[in-house]
Amino acid sequence: MQNRREFVKEMVAGAAVLGTGTQFAWGQGKAAEKSKVVIVRDAKLRTPGPAPDEKRVAALLDHAMQTYFDAQNPVQPWKQVVRPGQVVGLKLNSLGRMLSPSVALVATICERLQQAGIKAGDIIVWDRGSRELEAAGFKLSNAPGAVRFLGSDTAGYEDAAVSYGSVTTRLCKIFTQCDVVINMPVLKNHNIVGVTMAMKNMYGVINNPSTMHGSACNPYIADLNMVPQIRQRVRFVVGDMMTAVYEGGPSYRPEYAWNEDGLVVGEDQVAIDTISAQIVERKRAEKGLQTLAQKGTPLTYLATAADAQHRLGTNDPTRIALIEQRIA
Amino acid sequence: MKKWMRCKGVAIAALLTLVVVSGVGCKKKLTNPFPASGAVAGWDKGEKTQSYDAANLYEYIDGGAEQYISAGVLGVSTSDYKFQGNLEATVDVYTMKTADGAKTIFDADPPTADSKSVQLGDAARLYGQSVVFRKGPTLVRITAFEAAPGEGDALMALAHGIEGKL
Repeated sequence: MQNRREFVKEMVAGAAVLGTGTQFAWGQGKAAEKSKVVIVRDAKLRTPGPAPDEKRVAALLDHAMQTYFDAQNPVQPWKQVVRPGQVVGLKLNSLGRMLSPSVALVATICERLQQAGIKAGDIIVWDRGSRELEAAGFKLSNAPGAVRFLGSDTAGYEDAAVSYGSVTTRLCKIFTQCDVVINMPVLKNHNIVGVTMAMKNMYGVINNPSTMHGSACNPYIADLNMVPQIRQRVRFVVGDMMTAVYEGGPSYRPEYAWNEDGLVVGEDQVAIDTISAQIVERKRAEKGLQTLAQKGTPLTYLATAADAQHRLGTNDPTRIALIEQRIA
Repeated sequence: MKKWMRCKGVAIAALLTLVVVSGVGCKKKLTNPFPASGAVAGWDKGEKTQSYDAANLYEYIDGGAEQYISAGVLGVSTSDYKFQGNLEATVDVYTMKTADGAKTIFDADPPTADSKSVQLGDAARLYGQSVVFRKGPTLVRITAFEAAPGEGDALMALAHGIEGKL
């Protein structure tokens, strides 16, 4: 029986590097360097069954994180994202059982965080709706000393409002408990904003997301991510692209879903959203559909997030160091 | 507060049931659109039927409610089903203000290479793992969560069972 370490070693050894990018140390030199985005795919992710294999999901995550941080083992990257003593939140984007960060992915991150020195009781996995979390396969739990799985709908929202630009909102109490938040979106089309991935996932940490969908969520998405409490906490993105939706989103629509069988990781949420939009556009072209702009859903929020007022990241492909790898 | 929310939820469910039952402008008196377990061969209905109105639709289709609201949705009722104890599916019954609203939502979905138009209601389309149809101001979407042999026939049978109750 192959153990996980052997499995990862084998997978990494067999990796074919399709691209390279500029590397920079965590939190240093971001302005001068390109924004690194790492995407790793596994063509055998669903071997032997139709669902992603748990071990391969873990290997996919480790490979992506080690590539991003140029690390020699699966735990080292997480020590650059979190520190012992911090409360770490994993903000999922759960839209039911078929369109949610996978349980195996979340379990592996929780394991790595603990290996990096975070206490189990200091890890909170959450999303806006308890029902969606349960439908996605997560068992709600608030047991002391264990990883918590909670919905904002039961935890409630802060009384005090926060604001930036067009946004005035109240943050959920789970979010404000966290020192660091790992943003865990899923790749999908959205019938208003075109594509949602990292930045729009923050709509799930506030009490009034329904008021921020006008004008294709622009400038709301960018403004929301500028709220200091959000900007300070959201440190890293692990995006689930195993199952994605190119049309009819954001709900799961099997007729418009495909298996991208990959993960994307990075710090620059604007860059990740830009690359994600390109992936959805490619799939739409392959299916003979209009571009998102032709459909009337251009991703205007990306330019706003990257503009001089916001500077949340870059939407300029020439300033994104995209590293794409394929394992197996 | 929780008690008030629960009361509100019950009131919404009752209102939507009334809307569906009254047929929103149709003269025909209608019944609950969800076939009971066994009413359609092989299909068992889940215990719960949940309902949302336009104001809280985002709780059900997070981020996707606006499309329905702009088309004049009154609400949606949803229930899970299971076919022969294995294949799981969700049935969503959207009640719009007008038949045009249902058409707007239906027409927004492009056909796929493996989809086909089928005879059901005013218009219907069968995809690999789902079927969507509209009838008057009602739009019904049945979504299965996995591919299975004979799935299309099973979905169509359930769709006919629902359409007959509209």
